[in-house]
Amino acid sequence: MSNDIFVWVEQFSGHPTAASWEAAGLARRLADELGSDVTACVFGGQGIEPLAQEAISYGADRVLLAEDATLADFRVEPQAALLAKVVREAEPAVVLIGATFRGRELGPALAVELDTGCIADCTALEFEDGQLVATRPIYAGKLLSRCVIPERRPQIFTTRVRAFPKPEPDSSRSGEVTRVEPVLAEDEIPSKVTGFKETKGGVSLTDAAIIVSGGRGVGGPEGYEPLRELAQVLGAALGASRAAVDAGWIPYEHQVGQTGKTVSPDLYIACGISGAIQHQAGMRTSKVIVAINKDPEAPIFKLAHYGIVNDLFKVVPALTEAFKEKLG
Amino acid sequence: MHIVVCTKHTPDSEAKMSVDEAGNVSWGESPLIINPWDEYAVEEALLLREKYGGTVTVISMGPEEALEALKHAIAMGCDEAIRIWEESCADSDTLATSYVLARAIEKMGDVDLVLFGKSAIDAETWQTGPAVARRLGYPSLMYTIKIAELDPDGRTITVERLLEEGRQVVSAPLPAVVGTTKGINEPRYTSFIGIRKAARMEYPLWTLADIGAEADKVGAAGSAVRWPQIFMPPVREGEAEIIEGETVAETARILVEKLLAEKVI
Ligand SMILES: Cc1cc2nc3c(=O)[nH]c(=O)nc-3n(C[C@H](O)[C@H](O)[C@H](O)COP(=O)(O)OP(=O)(O)OC[C@H]3O[C@@H](n4cnc5c(N)ncnc54)[C@H](O)[C@@H]3O)c2cc1C
Ligand SMILES: Nc1ncnc2c1ncn2[C@@H]1O[C@H](COP(=O)(O)O)[C@@H](O)[C@H]1O
Repeated sequence: MSNDIFVWVEQFSGHPTAASWEAAGLARRLADELGSDVTACVFGGQGIEPLAQEAISYGADRVLLAEDATLADFRVEPQAALLAKVVREAEPAVVLIGATFRGRELGPALAVELDTGCIADCTALEFEDGQLVATRPIYAGKLLSRCVIPERRPQIFTTRVRAFPKPEPDSSRSGEVTRVEPVLAEDEIPSKVTGFKETKGGVSLTDAAIIVSGGRGVGGPEGYEPLRELAQVLGAALGASRAAVDAGWIPYEHQVGQTGKTVSPDLYIACGISGAIQHQAGMRTSKVIVAINKDPEAPIFKLAHYGIVNDLFKVVPALTEAFKEKLG
Repeated sequence: MHIVVCTKHTPDSEAKMSVDEAGNVSWGESPLIINPWDEYAVEEALLLREKYGGTVTVISMGPEEALEALKHAIAMGCDEAIRIWEESCADSDTLATSYVLARAIEKMGDVDLVLFGKSAIDAETWQTGPAVARRLGYPSLMYTIKIAELDPDGRTITVERLLEEGRQVVSAPLPAVVGTTKGINEPRYTSFIGIRKAARMEYPLWTLADIGAEADKVGAAGSAVRWPQIFMPPVREGEAEIIEGETVAETARILVEKLLAEKVI
């Protein structure tokens, strides 16, 4: 057994996700505290070699690179099989995985494969008396839980997206790249990816640094237009409450909350959203929350840092103008 | 088709959660309900049964309270419900839970599809589905928002599943594990007849011996994860700072200044 930290680098069509580098930054910090090394696992299709250098710039000392058609589109079976193999060989103390859809599927599959534990969706990870202690939200963030994996190794953690800072890449760092071969051949993998339907509409909610979100107060599908304009000026993603999604005004992919996405942007602008507890469940950890609502008694004002009590159809276009003036 | 739906009970999503000094979690007067995400899995199973025939069995590893979830699933229209429990199953993490569920499914023998909800709204690990798939060696089709095709005779399934960037279309052989997500369907309400059926049903209880599970792989003994402390998150004090200018344009400018000062843009 070593004290090394493994981090899984996830990619889509050869593009790494921010969640991977957040996990890599955390891996670096933990390895520095232990005086050990970080190994990044970069498993993808042909052409992902540049990600190896990128992983090093984000803190890896060593990269295990697998470049193979079977690993191009995400499927949990070949990823878990290869990750399990390299982990068995190197016996790291910790494996970190970003808690994206892919990571959330991979973590528990790897845990079963290695007969160890996986702690999901960590928002903090610290050593206490030599033991890694994870903090994670439960009951939609109404409570927090501290979790440990006292005996089994490796300890697997998935890290909540945007809960850990993405480090500044340092291109002067150097590291060693080792090529590894996939464990499963194509005919040993049960699932076949036959297509992909990309979501239109720009920035992904879970990665977004800024979210402009609209609820029942937008009044209809066309009510999202002023919000889209504001989002465009800010490079923000568009969110929604369940009431608006259920009304069919905007697709479910945009829903924030207990039965939608959990987001944690730097800035969350809630427009015409009352702030029901289930909505709060998905956005309460946002750094700064702005509420725009006609009703001064709306519960969202209890959670928000800044509020404007007025018609969103007056306020949102005015905000768009004001940002345009400032941001040029 | 034999479809198994895994489900568990949770406190209502409106429940006010609290923790006492001894660390005991309470949900006050709120009722225990079926994990809301599992209603999508149950609904999908019922839709598939309507189309292809067969039976739908719901299973839960849990103490008596788990009957709340099983009863709801029966009242929606499922055929059979099985609870799996022994005191030694307490304090299971997902490693241990997935072991028990996988053993129970193996015992049934003739299962074509295993359905899960996306996650449970209590511990929210999102892990049980993928872990059961791994244990059974079945394809893992998580976050499915649409079953595009199912061919019981050709024994294949094609689903659209959510990833951050869009929907991945995946085909796999049966038996398979499908994790459902909101958007796949609109779960039905329980019917009066269903509720009466659920009240009269027998709910067989399977023990570890019944499913051939090894004692050291269940409960605390079989779990890798411990959760020594549960606590209330620090609450944000006070109310929003309400911004009010002479005009809407001025209000907007004041807010923009403040946000720039916060360095969130
Ligand atoms: C099991 C369960 C799960 C749920 N999951 C979710 C979830 O994931 N996400 C979620 O969002 N909800 C969820 N809900 C629903 C939640 O309880 C609320 O019903 C929902 O969030 C309300 O959406 P809303 O704020 O848009 O609508 P409303 O509560 O109707 O609020 C609309 C607000 O808009 C304001 N308004 C109206 N017109 C204007 C205007 N012109 N300008 C400014 N303000 C205006 C009103 O004052 C009001 O405050 C869930 C509920 C349950 C039971
Ligand atoms: N003890 C259990 N018995 C049956 N199903 C369960 C159990 N625990 C979790 N599940 C199901 O697994 C899915 C994911 O739950 P979780 O991994 O707890 O977020 C949900 O559909 C749960 O209902």
